[in-house]
Amino acid sequence: MYPLIKLKANQRGVIRALRGGHRFIARMASLGFTPGAVVTMTRNDGFGPVIVSVRGTRVALGRGEANRVLIVTPQGGHLD
Amino acid sequence: MTDERSSPVIALAGQPNVGKSTIFNWLTGLNQHVGNWPGKTIEQKIGTFTHNGRQYTVVDLPGTYSLTANSEEERITRDYILRERPDVVVAVADAAVLERSLYLLTELIALPVPIILVLNMMDVAEHEGIQIEPKVLQAALGIPVVPMSATHGVGMDRLLSTIEATVDGRIPYTPSRPHISPEHQEVAEKLKAIVAPILPDLYPPDWVALKLLEGDGEMIALVRERLSPEQWKAVDALLYRHEDAVLDIASARYAWIERMIRAAVTRPRVGQVSFTGRLDNVLTHPLWGMLILLAVLGGVFWLTYTIGAPLQGWMGDWAQKLAGLSRQQLAAAPPWLTALIADGLIGGVGLVITFLPILIIFFAVMAVLEDTGYMARIAYLTDRFMHAMGLHGKSFIPLLLGFGCNVPAVLGTRIIETKRARLLTILLAPLVPCTARMAVITVLTPLFFHSYAPLIAWGLVTMNVIVLALLGILLHRLLFHGEQASFIMELPLYHLPNLRTIGLYVWQNLLAFLQKAGSTILLVSLLVWALAYFPGGVQSESYLVAFGHALEPLGRLMGLSWQALTALLTSFVAKENTIATLGILYGSDLAAALPHSLSPASALAFLVVQMLFVPCAATVAVIRQEAGNRWALFSVALLLFISVLAGILVYQLGAVLGLG
Repeated sequence: MYPLIKLKANQRGVIRALRGGHRFIARMASLGFTPGAVVTMTRNDGFGPVIVSVRGTRVALGRGEANRVLIVTPQGGHLD
Repeated sequence: MTDERSSPVIALAGQPNVGKSTIFNWLTGLNQHVGNWPGKTIEQKIGTFTHNGRQYTVVDLPGTYSLTANSEEERITRDYILRERPDVVVAVADAAVLERSLYLLTELIALPVPIILVLNMMDVAEHEGIQIEPKVLQAALGIPVVPMSATHGVGMDRLLSTIEATVDGRIPYTPSRPHISPEHQEVAEKLKAIVAPILPDLYPPDWVALKLLEGDGEMIALVRERLSPEQWKAVDALLYRHEDAVLDIASARYAWIERMIRAAVTRPRVGQVSFTGRLDNVLTHPLWGMLILLAVLGGVFWLTYTIGAPLQGWMGDWAQKLAGLSRQQLAAAPPWLTALIADGLIGGVGLVITFLPILIIFFAVMAVLEDTGYMARIAYLTDRFMHAMGLHGKSFIPLLLGFGCNVPAVLGTRIIETKRARLLTILLAPLVPCTARMAVITVLTPLFFHSYAPLIAWGLVTMNVIVLALLGILLHRLLFHGEQASFIMELPLYHLPNLRTIGLYVWQNLLAFLQKAGSTILLVSLLVWALAYFPGGVQSESYLVAFGHALEPLGRLMGLSWQALTALLTSFVAKENTIATLGILYGSDLAAALPHSLSPASALAFLVVQMLFVPCAATVAVIRQEAGNRWALFSVALLLFISVLAGILVYQLGAVLGLG
């Protein structure tokens, strides 16, 4: 499993878990971040917040938040 | 024919950015009342409309992504539905992000009220290449579904007739509801059995059991309070063992959504970049996006200065003419009455009115930025800079526009979702040097510093920005314990702004300003007028000047004369008063008298205090309107302390360097 922040622009991942309190998890889940959902990194400049797409919604996430979303690659292999 | 029995209540619910207020505005027009939810700082909008001779009441519920009590908005929405039981809840979803925006529906549909689903922004969805068949969705959900493009008024008739039919019970209502995994369903049943006997009638036991599993703080507190300690222990143990239920429940809801929309929705091929995607490639780019942002902000300032400022000046002149005219008319009246009406009253009302042009421009700009979806991009781009102060990117726009005027800066903090970040932004806003303060600096600096004036003026502005940043970091640490507001923000799809939405936004905000802040500004300016007029009718012998004299010991620490102190006091009404007061107290030739009376160190201390001083009456009035008395007082005391401290430091340092 990798933290979501590791994805480069246009890479995709499948959510496995969310790390954090109920508040964080409920907030993220209501925006579509649930296990099994496919996320696409649309912008990750290496600094500042990232932009990801999940269930057709574009969401800006702080790097800290993106670090607490755990993903696997769509094929289950390693991330390049 | 009017139905005398009752006026059915329609509640509008939806996630943020789904166009809910556009629908509310279409339904009610100007028949709406904006206030606050009882005891809350969140805006409440209620309106009425008439359809086929029957009057309906519409309640606009706050935008929320879900109904777990994590935010005030969520609590208000679910408490309203459970307690007030509206006749119909209209759930508004964004057709262009259907999956995500149906999440709220999965929560609403579990509550004991009839729901109508509105698929708004059908036009935007089509633009993004998404095809939806509302009839298929309606068949799957078992509740009425109304497709709309509210910005163009498309679908309004259908919504009205569907509301009418639902109120009359003429529409079959057989909602499908999401199920959770069998394992957690079993736990939910156990919880339900324990809590059902102790719940107030308001709450459906099924729903409470689910909320407990979701870790809902409010429901946990309610149940804990009502259960015996042994029963609570059992509940607590169950919840602890099934802590993972929250994600399972959310996943089950999305699985249900996927089943519901499978047959109804056709998406564009994967890899096809949408309109919003193409725009965002440029607009959120770290370099191009920033440059475009700077250009947009430049345009806003241009608009403020080329249209707003001259209008403001023109209205000020007009108020003065009116004052002159009333002086003539009242020539026979006692002099204090003439002064009260011409200077106090007309001066005060004139002051309130001169804010209007800039506020209209400001509110219109805010509405356009918000309505098009660009505001979220600005927040995204600026978040990295605002982070250190514990602020959200959304604090950037209000603070920046504070350079025009602090009043709209404080009002503009309404776009910030978290209470803490909003309060912090409100407290920092008065440190942004507004045009009035810049005008004072522009006039006074050359009198003291001649060719060094531009450098000093630049230094003063820089000082304000640095003090703002430092105070931000400090308040964030001390007051809010460095707790970082998490940055999770939806970037809505771009769409064209709606004139009606913008017009109503401007209108409502102006009305609120006039009603609340306007009266405070008027009262304060009358009070200061009275202090500067009585007892003798001459300012140089007034109570205000006596007050300035009384402050002389403090003034000596900053090297300030009583005239300078009095000028600072009058700047509380409006910052530009500083110059007028100095003019009156020093006699006509200010340019000659000032450098004579104040040494370079004193002059610098004076300018520093002026830049950091207590916010003007109008700003304090809106702080009070937005954050309450306590925080308005805190803001005044804080800035008084900071400005005096800075003044003393600057003067004493200058004196040591031989500039005293």
